[in-house]
Amino acid sequence: MGALSVNLCGIELDNPVIPASGTFGYGLEFSELYDINMLGTFSFKGTTKEPRFGNPTPRIAECPAGMLNAVGLQNPGVCAVKKDILPRLAKIFRKKVMANIGGFSESEYVYVCEMLDDCEQIGWFEVNISCPNVHGGGMSFGTNAEAAAKITAAVKRAVKKPVIIKLSPNVTDITELARACETAGADGISLINTLLGMRINLKTGKPLLANKTGGFSGSALFPVAVRMVWQAASAVKIPVVGIGGVSSAEDVLEMMYAGATAVEVGAANLVNPFACRDIIQALPKAMKKYGISKLTDIIGTANR
Amino acid sequence: MNQVIYTVTENSRIAQNIYRMTLEGDTSEIKTPGQFVNIKLDGFYLRRPISVCDAENDKLTLIYKTVGGGTEQMSRLHAGKRLDVLTGLGNGYDIGPSGNSPLLIGGGVGTPPLYMLCKKLIEKRAKPSVILGFGSAEEVFGENEFKKLGASVYVTTADGSRGQKGFVTDVMKNLQYTYFYACGPEAMFRAIDKIAVTEGQYSFEERMGCGFGACMGCSCKTLTGNKRICREGPVMKREEIIWEH
Repeated sequence: MGALSVNLCGIELDNPVIPASGTFGYGLEFSELYDINMLGTFSFKGTTKEPRFGNPTPRIAECPAGMLNAVGLQNPGVCAVKKDILPRLAKIFRKKVMANIGGFSESEYVYVCEMLDDCEQIGWFEVNISCPNVHGGGMSFGTNAEAAAKITAAVKRAVKKPVIIKLSPNVTDITELARACETAGADGISLINTLLGMRINLKTGKPLLANKTGGFSGSALFPVAVRMVWQAASAVKIPVVGIGGVSSAEDVLEMMYAGATAVEVGAANLVNPFACRDIIQALPKAMKKYGISKLTDIIGTANR
Repeated sequence: MNQVIYTVTENSRIAQNIYRMTLEGDTSEIKTPGQFVNIKLDGFYLRRPISVCDAENDKLTLIYKTVGGGTEQMSRLHAGKRLDVLTGLGNGYDIGPSGNSPLLIGGGVGTPPLYMLCKKLIEKRAKPSVILGFGSAEEVFGENEFKKLGASVYVTTADGSRGQKGFVTDVMKNLQYTYFYACGPEAMFRAIDKIAVTEGQYSFEERMGCGFGACMGCSCKTLTGNKRICREGPVMKREEIIWEH
């Protein structure tokens, strides 16, 4: 194992940097910009059973040091992903990809995961029970420990690949959700999804987003994410993937000290399409600066 | 698309709330008129998408309107300032179907991308007519630039303080043309669409996250499937547009 490599639920990553779902499509656009094989892996666009157009526009609003989005899980549906997109991806990405799955019912999550379980190129499922931009699904599962556990158990029963549950920060006690997923058999958890937010257009006095509310992401989110990763990692033994406002190699180290085994980079990709490449290239120097010889040495040490 | 560090060479006001910025740097990724660039500004999280007015020999010209904090900051930048820009974004206009006498219709700050388009059309020996529509005289810009290219130019203002009083469609309905290209507010597109007698292309605007197709922030439905304004757009063909109410 190299100095940067980590083991996420039984699969070795060359480095812990993972573009987060919804900021990297299915990797195809970014593969025109740099060799995406340098990534640890990436989490592909949240995929549902049926194709979805998502919410009306405007879907994006800017904030200080961040942004709101209310895309609403636009995706071509699991059949098109399996039949058309994954074969195209296989030609350019040699590593295992993380399959991010969205849904509106327990049976839908199970259906989509089952359908993709035989895809060799998928390494993990990241089950998104925390999307704040869809109604009657998504976050409503991720804010209730009982519902989260039920979906976790159902997906675990249905598939062989490791299952990571993506958690919402919009909860009173993140440790309760983290423990519920662990007890129900999750192989890992990832957090945080976006914080529920809103902006109002001063010219009209009405919300900027057509969906009214949206998910807040970007560097302003970072300290909240570090705190929640630290809390969750302290509560469970399964690996935690740290997400939220990460935009530099130093942020990656901070997340890992807080307890993250791997780190997802989200909104930063949208502002700087080379963000993940730049972070990976900067990691060795940042590690040297802080006297870190291998990344696995620092995972969760903020707690000890 | 690529990322280029441009240096501002000029930035000045040319009409009410309208500025022209010229920049020096690699313009090789800008291949088609109607493409845009996405500019990183100090202190703002998201980039600012601005349409390309002209790009030639490492000189990039942008004409933009101050509509909020970001573009207001842009208007205060001086020559020598270096800017991180994603360049060559979007599909741009297809000059293929223009015919001999295409009509270019711009509304307000929608007119700049038509300049490079007009240049390319004249290079291929078409004889374009250009209608520029504004609210009033103090908003008018670009008339002489299009004339210098050799196009027939018509200016309209809603209040009649310059050119013909009325809207671009008041001129359009009396002209003969082989094809049309439009850029401006969506209300103008709808008015054009009611009276247009040929096929044509419209360039759309939407709030964007990334500007290069990653975030799905600017999607729209068309008769040829879902499209991202930033990637499969901003230019759409008349026959594929679904006009929502």
